[in-house]
Amino acid sequence: MTAAADLITATPRRERARHSLTTRVVIYGLLIFFAFVYLIPLVVMVMTSLKPLDEVTGGNMFALPHELTFAPWIDAWGKARIGVSETTGIAGYFWNSIKMVVPAVIISTLLGALNGYVLTKWRFPGHKLVFGMMLFACFIPFQSVIIPMAVILGWFGQFGNTLSDLTGFSFGFGNPTVNLVFVHTVYGLGFTTLFFRNYYEAFPTELVKAAQIDGASFFQIFRRILLPNSAPIIIVTVIYQFTNIWNDFLFGSTFAAGDSSPMTVALNNIVNTSTGIVEYNVNMAAAIIAAAPTLFVYIVGGRYFVRGLMAGAVKG
Amino acid sequence: MAFLEIDSLRKRFGSLEILKGIDLTLDKGGFLVLVGPSGCGKSTLLNTIAGLETISSGEIRIDGDVINDLHPSKRDIAMVFQSYALYPNMTVAQNMAFGMEMRGVPKQERDKAVAEVAKTLQIEHLLKRRPSQLSGGQRQRVAMGRALVRQPRVFLFDEPLSNLDAKLRVDMRVEIKRLHSQTGTTIVYVTHDQIEAMTLATRIAVLKDGELQQVGSPYEVYNSPANLFVADFMGSPSMNLIEAKIARTNGAASIVLERPGAEPIVMPAPVSADATKLRDGGAVIFGIRPEAVSDPESADRNSKHIATFPCRVDLVEPAGSDTFVVTTIAGKEVTARMRADADVRPGQNVSFAFNLDKAVLFDPASTQRI
Repeated sequence: MTAAADLITATPRRERARHSLTTRVVIYGLLIFFAFVYLIPLVVMVMTSLKPLDEVTGGNMFALPHELTFAPWIDAWGKARIGVSETTGIAGYFWNSIKMVVPAVIISTLLGALNGYVLTKWRFPGHKLVFGMMLFACFIPFQSVIIPMAVILGWFGQFGNTLSDLTGFSFGFGNPTVNLVFVHTVYGLGFTTLFFRNYYEAFPTELVKAAQIDGASFFQIFRRILLPNSAPIIIVTVIYQFTNIWNDFLFGSTFAAGDSSPMTVALNNIVNTSTGIVEYNVNMAAAIIAAAPTLFVYIVGGRYFVRGLMAGAVKG
Repeated sequence: MAFLEIDSLRKRFGSLEILKGIDLTLDKGGFLVLVGPSGCGKSTLLNTIAGLETISSGEIRIDGDVINDLHPSKRDIAMVFQSYALYPNMTVAQNMAFGMEMRGVPKQERDKAVAEVAKTLQIEHLLKRRPSQLSGGQRQRVAMGRALVRQPRVFLFDEPLSNLDAKLRVDMRVEIKRLHSQTGTTIVYVTHDQIEAMTLATRIAVLKDGELQQVGSPYEVYNSPANLFVADFMGSPSMNLIEAKIARTNGAASIVLERPGAEPIVMPAPVSADATKLRDGGAVIFGIRPEAVSDPESADRNSKHIATFPCRVDLVEPAGSDTFVVTTIAGKEVTARMRADADVRPGQNVSFAFNLDKAVLFDPASTQRI
């Protein structure tokens, strides 16, 4: 009994002894130091956003707020001056971003899954070339597609005009939010396809064959067999796409103007205002609100993100 | 007319020919085992029957219907895969009912069919579990259940036992055999394990490099192998194949086995050989299974031709139920199966009894049996 107990505890004890006290002090010291360095900006932002303006301009950046106030948050959400004249706050732009991100993430993820399914389980001649070109799409810089994209969106706009002349309704063609959904879906397709192709490459083909013999159609196999078994990679793709699209500034500022701008553009317009006093506390509150959704997605799905990336790495 | 008929089936991948004109038939209720080394095309052949691979030319018929170009789901077949291929996101019951669900069978009927099959296979208590919660043997049962529940015309098994451990494999083999005799289904079964082939089959097809080597009952394939490949592949330990010469005296052919440093062994040609093809001085390969070479006491009493010669023992391998004794004849190691308590030691000269009723001769040039 005791011999067995010794055997069980022996390994961890030796393990612990391998790291001396100094080593551990160094390791934890470094970890705490870097955690501190990374957290400082956030701490400063949060503290600044909770101070009245005179305390911000007159006091120390690192001092705790004397008079705790939530007014900057309320201002940022509902009253802040965006650009030159409007004082609408970022609320509307926040919803603009949501309206853009949610469909773009869902559509690009579904299409990526479908592409991955076809590229691994329904191979056609030239499937490698198609996948290679999809991969290539991942390496095209944002800036280089702006002009061709603007031309295409211009055509969409004209088509929308023609449609509304004919039917009285444009069916979303020419709508800035729809345009952004389209742009982000197209741009994200390379990445989502890559993720799903690598995941489905390791997915047992025998399951697909079994389903074929069972009489399931192309889409039934996709919906009933592949998708329910893709949770890890769906989470990875959703987090990746959500952060990228939410944080995008270039497409947002190029293809959507004024009221239909996404959150990131509105934030820029608040911060870069050239009239009046710079309200640092409001700017900080707005910045935190802008970062909150991605932070939320990471906290909820982060565990799966790492797990999913690892799974893909080992199997793919 | 046979139930399953395959006519000059060919399968090419680009310039590579995987199946080179396969002709096979199987009667209703038969159990055909496709056996061969890996890469011989046996799984491809099964997949073409299933419709998972297209064929380049030829014809496949089930019960007279040509099924070449039918979608797998329209062929009325069911397949059990090596990895079982159970859908991980569904329970056992849903797995078994999936095929019927896709065919639009009402839920009540599905449940009834699943319950019936679950009872035959004794997996009723597993119906609500997911595949990840099952052991290897249980998964195997569920995979068979999924195939059985649809009552297809032909069952296809693709190496279904190779993922199981040795003991479970024997149990499941017995189970499959029992299932076949109870339900009388028509089965095509792929394996590389010649013992599985021998025990299960009513008909064995031996393949090599996309060509059929021999088709026949397990008895025929084992006792009258068509060529050297089949002789060597079937049986464990494998058949002794010894180079020999023919000597004709007074019209009677005899076999001469050279032994360096000892008298050559001379014995009458086996009765199975076509005597007209044996030329004096011609080279042949003499094939005899280890169980047909024994100590004189345990030699088959019903055999008409037994030749006994003293041979030097090189090696003794006690296997519990038998003792395998190895000697060298004509430069080849020859294994004999002697009784378990045979008192032989390496270096001794012991009498070996050759049962010539069971011996066969091969032409070394064409590798075909004479």
